Amino acid sequence: MVTSLFFYLFSFIITACAVMVISSRNPVHSVLFLILAFFNSGALFVILGAEFLAMMLVIVYVGAVAVLFLFVVMMLNINFSKIKEGFQKYFPIGSLIGFILFIEIILMVFSGDLLVNKNNELNDNIPNTHKIGSLLYTEYIYVFQLSGLILLVAMVGAIVLTLRDRPGIKKQDIISQNTRQVSDVISIVKKESS
Amino acid sequence: MIVSLEHYLCLSAVLFTLGVFGIFLNRKNVITILMSIELMLLAVNINLVSFSSYLNDIQGQIFTIFVLTVAAAEAAIGLAILVIYYRNSGSISVEEINKLRG
Repeated sequence: MVTSLFFYLFSFIITACAVMVISSRNPVHSVLFLILAFFNSGALFVILGAEFLAMMLVIVYVGAVAVLFLFVVMMLNINFSKIKEGFQKYFPIGSLIGFILFIEIILMVFSGDLLVNKNNELNDNIPNTHKIGSLLYTEYIYVFQLSGLILLVAMVGAIVLTLRDRPGIKKQDIISQNTRQVSDVISIVKKESS
Repeated sequence: MIVSLEHYLCLSAVLFTLGVFGIFLNRKNVITILMSIELMLLAVNINLVSFSSYLNDIQGQIFTIFVLTVAAAEAAIGLAILVIYYRNSGSISVEEINKLRG
């Protein structure tokens, strides 16, 4: 009973936050509502018994992705008043497509028996993190390494994309330092003694 | 009244639909479109974790970790592209991105 109460509370907050994310006038408010939605879905994951993923969602999304969004929103100087101009123009087609998609998903959810091959062997004495680790580091080790590679490529790509050379900045030029000769910079001038 | 799997699937359907709706609605702001994509990925994650919990199968949570990884990489690359696009053109409106005459 308490679990269902908390489920309805958290899911209501998530839905309200999602509505606010897509309809808020200020993108900073959108990012803050997105953070709230992620926190509440972390709480839903705790209800579902996935504690490790709940903590990971909070760390990865709230700690990294949402802060990145907030940083970019605050760094770009955007004219907020012009942002919502096409709102009424795209509302009918967007709501039509969203409605059709929602009806399709709901029909698929309630069309048949979803839990077809339910294995009921409950061993609750093994914690959630232990179970994930024992499967992730054995059976899915190559996929795990590949996801690390994806993160590396994303990091290098983001750095390369945003790096720029501005002229007029004094920087260390190692090649010109090492190829510098004594004869280039020092000239000995014989001075006649008077 | 017990919370069944269908409750979680309905929540995830609502969240996914709101993400799609947000992409259609916000044509002036690429940042909100990226946030809508994050909402859709969150819906997918809720779907995977609820199935994993109700079927007593941990593989759903493994795949949620991979979805999370790809979402983080996608957000980083997308925001980097957004920053250099804003630096070059001074606007982030989707309707003005027509350099390729698409």
